[in-house]
Amino acid sequence: MTERLKIENLYKVFAKDPARALQILASGGDKNQVFEKLGQVVGLNGVSLSVPSGAMYMVMGLSGSGKSTLARCINRLNEPSAGRILLDGQDIVPLDEAALRHVRRTRISMVFQHFALLPNKRVIENVEFGLKLRGVSAPERRRRAEEVLSVVGLARWAYHRPHELSGGMRQRVGLARALATDADILIMDEAFSALDPLIRTEMQDELLRLQSTLNKTVLFITHDFQEALKLGTRIAIMSEGRLVREGTPQSIVLEPGSEYVAAFTREVDRARLFDARSVMSEPATLWRGKDGIVVGEAAGGPGFLLDGQERVMGSVSDAQIVHARQTGEAPALEPEHVCVAGSTKLVDVARHYRPGLPIGVVDEGGKLVGVLGVAQMLARIANAPAPQDGSAP
Amino acid sequence: MIDADSLAIFPIDQWIQDGVRWVALNLRPLFLAIKWPVENLLGFNDHILHATPFPVVVALTLLLAWRLASVGIAAFSAISLIAIAMLGVWNEAMTTLSLITTAILFCALIGVPIGIWCARSDRVWSIVRPILDIMQTTPTFVYLVPVVMLFGVGTVPGEVAVVTAAAPPLIRFTNLGIRMVEHEIVEAGLAFGADRRQLLWEIQLPLAIPTILGGLNQTVLTAMVMSVVVAMIGAEGLGLVVLQGLGRLDVGRAAVGGIAIVLLAMMLDRITQKMAEPKSKGASPLLEAVRHLLRGRTVGDRFTEETIPAAAKQPV
Repeated sequence: MTERLKIENLYKVFAKDPARALQILASGGDKNQVFEKLGQVVGLNGVSLSVPSGAMYMVMGLSGSGKSTLARCINRLNEPSAGRILLDGQDIVPLDEAALRHVRRTRISMVFQHFALLPNKRVIENVEFGLKLRGVSAPERRRRAEEVLSVVGLARWAYHRPHELSGGMRQRVGLARALATDADILIMDEAFSALDPLIRTEMQDELLRLQSTLNKTVLFITHDFQEALKLGTRIAIMSEGRLVREGTPQSIVLEPGSEYVAAFTREVDRARLFDARSVMSEPATLWRGKDGIVVGEAAGGPGFLLDGQERVMGSVSDAQIVHARQTGEAPALEPEHVCVAGSTKLVDVARHYRPGLPIGVVDEGGKLVGVLGVAQMLARIANAPAPQDGSAP
Repeated sequence: MIDADSLAIFPIDQWIQDGVRWVALNLRPLFLAIKWPVENLLGFNDHILHATPFPVVVALTLLLAWRLASVGIAAFSAISLIAIAMLGVWNEAMTTLSLITTAILFCALIGVPIGIWCARSDRVWSIVRPILDIMQTTPTFVYLVPVVMLFGVGTVPGEVAVVTAAAPPLIRFTNLGIRMVEHEIVEAGLAFGADRRQLLWEIQLPLAIPTILGGLNQTVLTAMVMSVVVAMIGAEGLGLVVLQGLGRLDVGRAAVGGIAIVLLAMMLDRITQKMAEPKSKGASPLLEAVRHLLRGRTVGDRFTEETIPAAAKQPV
């Protein structure tokens, strides 16, 4: 994936002249020291991150952590005090007003927490807003707005006013307005935070559905770690204006790296977060014969009989493997076996589990790439270290 | 012990008089330039209002009040006008009405742009604000002194005084209305790439209109009061009726003028107040009213009322 947006050493101090504050920060001072010495508020303190094209990039943090400031710096609603923001390699911090307007009209659009719709305009006129600012002709922008409204499922509400719509529907209008400009970067600032829980879940699913076809680069600001896990392909966690942890949802839960991040990960439903690939182990060869090899967990137990292309032919019971080792005869094959894809969540793996059968992880071609131990799965779900002897604790 | 009067050693009144005289003499072209458009527009309005037959004025007022405000206010307006005619001061009332309508036009022309300018620059507002404070705390007839010195006496100088007194509320409310527009909506405008002009016309002004109309109501009432007071510098109209009544100790005549003034003021207040009230949430009342006036109900409106299920109309 190519890099769409790259932020390098971004600082934001809310002050007319941030030079002294930047000096304190550069010499290792933090947000509180700047506030004590100068009375200036630091929004961002040396943030660097890189957003790949097509990512659903979540910026997560508590209030005051600088996450919204970061979002607003990217389209320069907040002027950065220092640092670079590279959009496809071009730094947008030094752009003059006209060039910045061009970027805002064509490259970056935004969805707001409280929708920020124009109450005096109809839904369709709200959706047309960005195109109107850009100077698109009236029939053309009406056509485009109708198209986008039907994508978000609001075609029949086009000629209503925003106050006639429910919160979820209003945010769909906000989303449609952002999509209408065809900008490839979408900033969503706490976009679902003002919605009630059921509607929020619905909107999250809707966003995932839209994203699977639109493939925008989304920068999503949230204070809700569950939301970040559900939507994100990558998550950046912020605290006190600094980036404290960045990575994929699974890697962050696996290795929080600090007590601050660990506090968020504690309540996570691990069975729904982790997939088979993250828990599987290398298949160990348990028996080798003329007809193929039997592989399974290194600790023992039942295994899979593989053909020459490492495809699964069937399972072999624990007793049969022992027997084969002792006698040298080929083990008896049972056709029943459990195989899942690498992206299967553990909760779904558990549904397939059958006592006495090994669980294998296969790629698209049916090739066995790993084996799943029940003990390892339980350890991952319980957030405990995996037992070494292969027996459940 | 020091006597208060002994502190009055500077001939301040003399200085001011000299100053004003100097201004009147040397800046005469400026004041003539100010007077010219006022004189012409006032003359035009005055002519129209007097030339229009009485029933037509009543009918037009009825229609306008009905469309801008409500049926009740329309009926009240028509009855007020008929009552004024019955009091025998119709011509004077039309003169006063022309003073007020002209003042509204000038105030809108001057006040709204200044208000916008104030809203966009804190520095401008910090200069304009104390001036407005002074203008609004000054008793209305104190305006008359400089006006007489600079513009002379009569109806046209009177109109200058009316405009000067009535403009401040509109400036204040325009500034307030624009500054009160929700921050996130302004941010949305910027985020989608609005320039300053687009921000003003697409977002700030439309959303500020209810507040601006509230200011217009204040302006109309101030203009009403002032149009009576300027009778003291020789302006014609209902104020002159009261002044004459007082001068001749003719209580009946003064009362007739007073009653006509009250009726006219209530009529104008009710209509402009109703305009400023948000009728349907969101839609700016003036634009909506004008739209209704021009082409009746729009297609979208019909669509709205037929298709919204009752549940969807509940506030969220």
